[in-house]
Amino acid sequence: MNTHILGASITRILQQLRHDPRTIGMLLVVPVVLMGLVYAMFAGAEPVTSNVLLIMLGLFPFTVMFLITSIAMLRERTSGTLERLMSTRTGKGDLLFGYGIAFGTAAAVQAVVASTCAYLLYGMTTAGSAGLVVLVAVMTSLLGVGLGLLCSAFARTEFQAVQLLPVVVIPQILLCGLFVPRDQMAGWLQAVSDVLPLSYAVEALQQVGANAEPTSTFWLDLVVIGGCVILGLVLAAATLRRRTP
Amino acid sequence: MSDAISVVDLVVVRGKSTVLNSLSCRVPAGRITGLLGPSGSGKTTLIRAVVGVQLVRSGTVTVLGRPAGSRELRAKVGYMTQAPSVYPDLTVVENARYFASVAGASAATARAAVDQVGLSSARDQVVGTLSGGQRSRASLACTIVGDPEVLVLDEPTVGQDPVLREELWASFRERAEAGTTVLVSSHVMDEANRCDRLLLIRDGGLLADDTPDEVKRRAGTTDLDKAFLELIKIGSSS
Repeated sequence: MNTHILGASITRILQQLRHDPRTIGMLLVVPVVLMGLVYAMFAGAEPVTSNVLLIMLGLFPFTVMFLITSIAMLRERTSGTLERLMSTRTGKGDLLFGYGIAFGTAAAVQAVVASTCAYLLYGMTTAGSAGLVVLVAVMTSLLGVGLGLLCSAFARTEFQAVQLLPVVVIPQILLCGLFVPRDQMAGWLQAVSDVLPLSYAVEALQQVGANAEPTSTFWLDLVVIGGCVILGLVLAAATLRRRTP
Repeated sequence: MSDAISVVDLVVVRGKSTVLNSLSCRVPAGRITGLLGPSGSGKTTLIRAVVGVQLVRSGTVTVLGRPAGSRELRAKVGYMTQAPSVYPDLTVVENARYFASVAGASAATARAAVDQVGLSSARDQVVGTLSGGQRSRASLACTIVGDPEVLVLDEPTVGQDPVLREELWASFRERAEAGTTVLVSSHVMDEANRCDRLLLIRDGGLLADDTPDEVKRRAGTTDLDKAFLELIKIGSSS
């Protein structure tokens, strides 16, 4: 890793994002609109509205960053820029962490906007602090980035990359505890849910929702998410080869 | 005249086909060497082996005295891929600046590189809105940006009009005179005349490794296109 090149990668990725105002707009506006739908659906009834909004704050960064990252990395692979970079001094870490930090930053902005709206517009309440909600959202976005970087290796075209969403993301959303609380699921479903990283993000958010101070479960969840991010990046690094057939 | 690149018995197998079959050749330092051959002959594969991104079955590729792809070479070898490998959603100068940082060069050199490929007026234009020829020049700018000792260019003049082609070749000549080794592939035979040496390859094997004049003399013609066909005939009858 070379901090100079890492910095250049981060700048480059953020510049690409800056040239795409429509994506920025969708990143910021779509979560707010969707949360508005949920608010209207439950007619603002508490505590169900708050509980669902809180979980949604974890689902947005995960889903969106997974999609953006897997497509961005696939483009690097298919356009030849990855091949060119692999002939230069750029290390795998410079590129992978570059994506993590750049998209993590974008996710942080998204999380701040979305949670501000959840609290102020839709009257969401949490026992714990809003800062922790944003922290979990950013960690969850990194989970999306890590998985996206890894999964881009398994898609040859953008058509395939988009279809990884129902394969990788939707099962996690179904089993994370949003639709049926995890402790009410059949044993085998719980076991599956236990190995899906998004479940820990949702649990962490629920912990913030229910407890004024961060609990040990909360910190443990964050550790699990962090571990999954690192695992994702390490596996993604293994799919990046300087030499290809 | 020392060799900047030497390839010995290189074998590259992709899938079931042997793309390069025990190919050996040398590229002299500070000269322009043209790599010519029909499409599918293995030009890009040889180039990829030289820059160290190609998995090879056997044989050695040495660049500036080190195995191709060595860490020390990464700042010294500039590689331009066949498809313009630049970011279409960045401007020309943003692309050049990024690859300048990667090469350890300053932002000022990025600007100079953009000027050199004749894109000064399109400097702040997003690459995705450029014409094919301009895009490929943007890619070239990103290759020359760190003033690498060895330039490896895969069909850099495709899609360029005659005036620009002339300018690009003049700039390659200028760099070679300043000591840069230039290896450039092309399938346009009239460009071969501008090279100091030619490597003619066909079906993954070397047909000729000589000066353009010597290639023409051996084939008994002044036309390189005909010379190439003649050498193929000689090659297949022997």
